[in-house]
Amino acid sequence: MQNVSVSVKDLSLSFGAVTVLDTLNLDIKDGEFLVLLGSSGCGKSTLLNCIAGLLDVSDGQIFIKNKNVTWEEPKDRGIGMVFQSYALYPQMSVEKNLSFGLQVAKVPKEEIDKRVRRASEILQIQPLLKRKPSELSGGQRQRVAIGRALVRDVDVFLFDEPLSNLDAKLRSELRVEIKRLHQSLKNTMIYVTHDQIEALTLADRIAVMKSGVIQQLADPMTIYNAPENLFVAGFIGSPSMNFFRGELQLRDQRAYVHANGVDFDVSAYPSRAPFVHGQKVVLGLRPEHVRVDEAASGAQASHRAVVDIEEPMGADNLLWLKLAGQSMSVRIAGQRRYAPGTAVTLSFDMAVASIFDATSENRL
Amino acid sequence: MSDIVAFNSVADEALPQAQTDRVVAGPRGRKPRRALSGRNIMIYGTLIIVALYYLLPLYVMVMTSLKGMPEIRLGNIFAPPLEITFEPWVKAWSSACTGLNCDGLSRGFWNSVRITIPSTIVSIAIASVNGYALANWRFKGAELFFTILIVGAFIPYQVMIYPIVIVLREMGIYGTLTGLIMVHTIFGMPILTLLFRNYFAGLPEELFKAARVDGAGFWTIYFKIMLPMSLPIFVVAMILQVTGIWNDFLFGVVFTRPEYYPMTVQLNNIVNSVQGVKEYNVNMAATILTGAVPLFVYFVSGRLFVRGIAAGAVKG
Repeated sequence: MQNVSVSVKDLSLSFGAVTVLDTLNLDIKDGEFLVLLGSSGCGKSTLLNCIAGLLDVSDGQIFIKNKNVTWEEPKDRGIGMVFQSYALYPQMSVEKNLSFGLQVAKVPKEEIDKRVRRASEILQIQPLLKRKPSELSGGQRQRVAIGRALVRDVDVFLFDEPLSNLDAKLRSELRVEIKRLHQSLKNTMIYVTHDQIEALTLADRIAVMKSGVIQQLADPMTIYNAPENLFVAGFIGSPSMNFFRGELQLRDQRAYVHANGVDFDVSAYPSRAPFVHGQKVVLGLRPEHVRVDEAASGAQASHRAVVDIEEPMGADNLLWLKLAGQSMSVRIAGQRRYAPGTAVTLSFDMAVASIFDATSENRL
Repeated sequence: MSDIVAFNSVADEALPQAQTDRVVAGPRGRKPRRALSGRNIMIYGTLIIVALYYLLPLYVMVMTSLKGMPEIRLGNIFAPPLEITFEPWVKAWSSACTGLNCDGLSRGFWNSVRITIPSTIVSIAIASVNGYALANWRFKGAELFFTILIVGAFIPYQVMIYPIVIVLREMGIYGTLTGLIMVHTIFGMPILTLLFRNYFAGLPEELFKAARVDGAGFWTIYFKIMLPMSLPIFVVAMILQVTGIWNDFLFGVVFTRPEYYPMTVQLNNIVNSVQGVKEYNVNMAATILTGAVPLFVYFVSGRLFVRGIAAGAVKG
């Protein structure tokens, strides 16, 4: 366990009768960028606050660099934290904001100057050092907030939705900057967000959380391509995966999901266990895994559908169609246009589809 | 396309005419409003009447205080003084008699200063730390502590007077300024703590968290982070305390001896003294002198007061 940076063991937290986290376990490797992803109220920020030491845990342990820090003060944990609202001290200049923690820790003046200079160079905020936070733009403020963690020379960076208060353009700019920062510093970073794009682009591994439980912990592509359960499948991807509730049927050496009178041939699906005839399942198809008006490869059956709505998005074109009595979305290349009412032929690549058990909601 | 061209050419020819037409015809720009509408008359009329209602007593006081007694006996209280004299003011300040003392209000003024300043400073210092601890450091029993404090605010003062007299007596500070200062400090605690707690709770919690991650402790966060952000609420607390304590009569008369009577008590004694003629001009001057301090405080810091009230008291 030498290369583990942060380790959370059997962590539980409850406020009165409400249990927010229940015996949660999580190991984060040294230098790893881990994203905690979930909708609001799933406990992701709470977990981060526990790791930071800002919340007392009810039970369990937290290790940082193999040191048990469960009862340590935040400052003694070797962490730096960046907040959604930037949390810059409004009455202090940028320079004072950066050096405050070091002054509290009674670091010698020359050392403080050196570290502030280095951090402001990395983040390109040298011209702003004498300004007050109120004189900075949102992006500059968040840069200063990152700098505040940077000067403290910490092992672990904690980000609590750092980009959520920024507008879309700045968000994507800073996202790239954070990724670059991680590549050059190679620190362990734990990043909380509800934005799946941030999660997919930044993470080495993503922990998808729901009601205080980690639903799946894996690298972004695994999370995207092979979601472990129905929740993860529906949460990741925009527009979200198309789901068809149906029943498994095995006939003539082939397997079908029978949903609303439509048979989906799923023989090509890499199932983990043999299919059981009559099992109630949910078939999940990502919009980009549906082919429109293309020759079906091999013996794949094709389906007829009618275009309901077309949403051109530039790079791609989103079609909403009716199939098996329900609406489904399909993503095709931007230059291929279909007027509403056009009849199309669909075929599916079942090798990249997902099938879940309807009751346990787990991947088959 | 040809249609559009044709239309354009027609428009071009007709342009000068059309422009002037547009200016003349139909409403354009800001909608005019009548200054003397019924609505305005109602609003300003009411405001003026209410303002007069409150200002008239002050006017009568100032006028009376500047008259000599013979002029007052003429009976016209609204008339400005024919002969302006400042003698009543001088007398009220330095030689009006209360009982055996004949050194005017000045003694009461200095007593009030000696009561108000320490009470204000001590109560604000304690209450702000209370509020900060309650808002940011949710210690065990914080809710209970806060509830007890707030309930304290609803118990009528009269109920507590006698027990406090006994407590002060047992502590050996009954009748002293120290005792009165302590009473004022304690009685200011519930409302001030509530005020500060709500203000600090309204500040972004992440600032407090950031300071903790930066390694700042209880006092460092209080002095370096919270205090610099809290000027408005300190001004509100200061105004509440200064005016409240300065205007206090009951505690002043109950918990002190005559030589320590605050200004309000002395004013009462001057105005209600039964010997000799009623010197209305001296009484008026004395009253204005007593009220001058809270008035001054309001005028100087009224703007901050409104801002602080809006920031602190409403939220939470």
